[in-house]
Amino acid sequence: MEQTPSKSLLEVENLRVYFPVKGPLIERLFQRNKNFVHAVDGVSFALKPGEIFGLVGESGCGKTTTGRAVLRLLDPTSGSIKFEGINITRLKEERLRLLRTRMQIIFQDPHASLNPAMSIGRAIGHPLKIHGLAWREEDVKKEVLVAMREVGLTPEEQLYDMYPSDVSGGQKQRAVIARAMILKPQLIVADEPVAMLDMSIRAKVLGLMLDLKKKYNLTYLFITHDLATAKFLCDRIAIMYLGRIVETGPANEIYTDPKHPYTRALLQAIPIPDPRRRSPKILPKGEVPDAVNPPMGCRFHPRCPAVLPTCGWEGRDFVDYLEERRTDLEKAKVDEINLGPLELWRARGLVVERPCEPERVRAITEYVKSILNEAPTPLAQAVERVKNVENKLVIEFRVPDPLAPKEVERRLVECLLY
Amino acid sequence: MADGESIGIVGETGSGKSTLGKAVLEILPPRTKVSGHIFFHGKELSHLDRERIRHIRGEEIALIFQDPMTRLNPLMTIENHFIETIREHQRVSRQEALARAETALASMRVPKSRIQNYPHEFSGGMRQRIMIALALVLNPSLLVADEPTTSLDVIVEAQILEILEDLKRRYKMSLLLITHNLGIVAEVCDRVAVFYAGKIVEIGSVDDIFNRPVHPYTRLLLQSIIHLSTKELHSIDGVPPDLVSPPSGCRFHPRCPYAQPMCREKIPPLEQFRPDQLAACHFGKDFL
Repeated sequence: MEQTPSKSLLEVENLRVYFPVKGPLIERLFQRNKNFVHAVDGVSFALKPGEIFGLVGESGCGKTTTGRAVLRLLDPTSGSIKFEGINITRLKEERLRLLRTRMQIIFQDPHASLNPAMSIGRAIGHPLKIHGLAWREEDVKKEVLVAMREVGLTPEEQLYDMYPSDVSGGQKQRAVIARAMILKPQLIVADEPVAMLDMSIRAKVLGLMLDLKKKYNLTYLFITHDLATAKFLCDRIAIMYLGRIVETGPANEIYTDPKHPYTRALLQAIPIPDPRRRSPKILPKGEVPDAVNPPMGCRFHPRCPAVLPTCGWEGRDFVDYLEERRTDLEKAKVDEINLGPLELWRARGLVVERPCEPERVRAITEYVKSILNEAPTPLAQAVERVKNVENKLVIEFRVPDPLAPKEVERRLVECLLY
Repeated sequence: MADGESIGIVGETGSGKSTLGKAVLEILPPRTKVSGHIFFHGKELSHLDRERIRHIRGEEIALIFQDPMTRLNPLMTIENHFIETIREHQRVSRQEALARAETALASMRVPKSRIQNYPHEFSGGMRQRIMIALALVLNPSLLVADEPTTSLDVIVEAQILEILEDLKRRYKMSLLLITHNLGIVAEVCDRVAVFYAGKIVEIGSVDDIFNRPVHPYTRLLLQSIIHLSTKELHSIDGVPPDLVSPPSGCRFHPRCPYAQPMCREKIPPLEQFRPDQLAACHFGKDFL
């Protein structure tokens, strides 16, 4: 595929991170099956030394969870993570600590990443002490001052004794970068490093990150929701949606010719700062669904403008369609008379059903068939049969086609269109 | 601001853009020192009594915020939000109010079946659409939108912007859109006012401001945006000033690469440089 595994600095394979849903106690006691947030659900990628790899997606897509799991700040549910060829997925804390000097993280919020009671200089030097790399105060200070100059925190002698509250957001983020850099890491996970900064400051911090990368041949895992920044900065990009990577490839190619409909939608949605280039957009409908019960098949299928009948239509999609009809006051009125409240429907996997009074079974079945005719074609064609079983109306959807990442023009795309 | 016009107010954090929006609605905190005049349909707002202001606010000027939960009461159903809002301003029956609520929600694509739900039962984008429906149910002539999409993801943001544009067209509503995102302004607004350190440094049509900016701050701000065709990074040196003691003269002079001694001494007035473009820079004509 892209490279031989031995050459990768970081290799992530089939990573899964599930979080238990924290419901009220009563609910937890009586629930037979525990619910999980499928934050990251089978993600694979590899980072070559010296490359900037972007993990791009909207909030809740699992990009931050992936970044944290990679550094073992979170324990993966399954899958494997290899750093410099060593499998660190289940590595013990003591052994992990030795590796941590080589992998560091920069968080989004510089205000929250610095201890307000610790001076800037001490904060930057802290990792040296934690990892026992320098003990004498003057040795630490000497290294800190070098790091501060390196990230442009000058005049360094003066700033050394200042506290985070005394400096600007941009300076704080530089301090956070200096603190990550002081251990001379190979890999830096940068989680939205400029999202909290004002536009006029962002470029400076990104420029600094690029300079440091060149100087030390750093490898970045750059996590962002901002496609424009990712395009400028990254060599390769993975687009994430609801816990899965939907497209991976060279940044330039993904932007000039996006393959996955979700990538296309994301690119189209970005506002362009040029009033002459206003144009109507084809936007996916609705919002990112809940990661506790992600959609069947392709997770993007309920919103996808290019969806096929085989993409993963299931029972609840029909209920969503009924609900959508209720945004049209005319249709809502007729639907209400013929079908009653939406709560009557029960969706389970590929099936959706509702109880029917025996004398109304035929009328309801006919009505359901008629509104299926008005439904978007892919949804309507995905219905295998509409039948009556013991005073119930049952709609069955066909089994979706299997979905796996496929190689399409130098990149991996997870979509049935290819 | 003309009828049906949309103006974007752009600026960085702390530039005073949100304060401007609050001033228009007369919802600044008590003891705020305010001077100057705000005319709405020819009437000076500060001369009106509280009762009259309360009437205008909501019915004629509506406001939507960044976070819908600052407007929606978590203990109230969506239905009751609408009924309360409508009947606070107009003497109509509950049924009539409910019918109007349903129409307003349907126009924002919120299903009628969910009118009995509570705010927390909706997704972020849906909540924002409910807030817009609530702001518009009384047919205001001016909508003040303060960062209406900042907490939303890019696709939902685009959906909301499409709704705002559509409303503008359909109801000839004026829109004061406060944002730090220049891309949004370029897509939605007719005119832009650029704020810096509490002042308008430049105002003009989106075409002029984005393609022929006069003020150095506008030019540098536009260059600093990272967009899909960015080839090189640009930034503005220094940081925005502390408004407790703003810089003398032109407030941008400490960060301006073109600053002259005069800029430190004299406050530049907003001057006309093109038919619809005003800028506050002593050397504006050098940048034409």
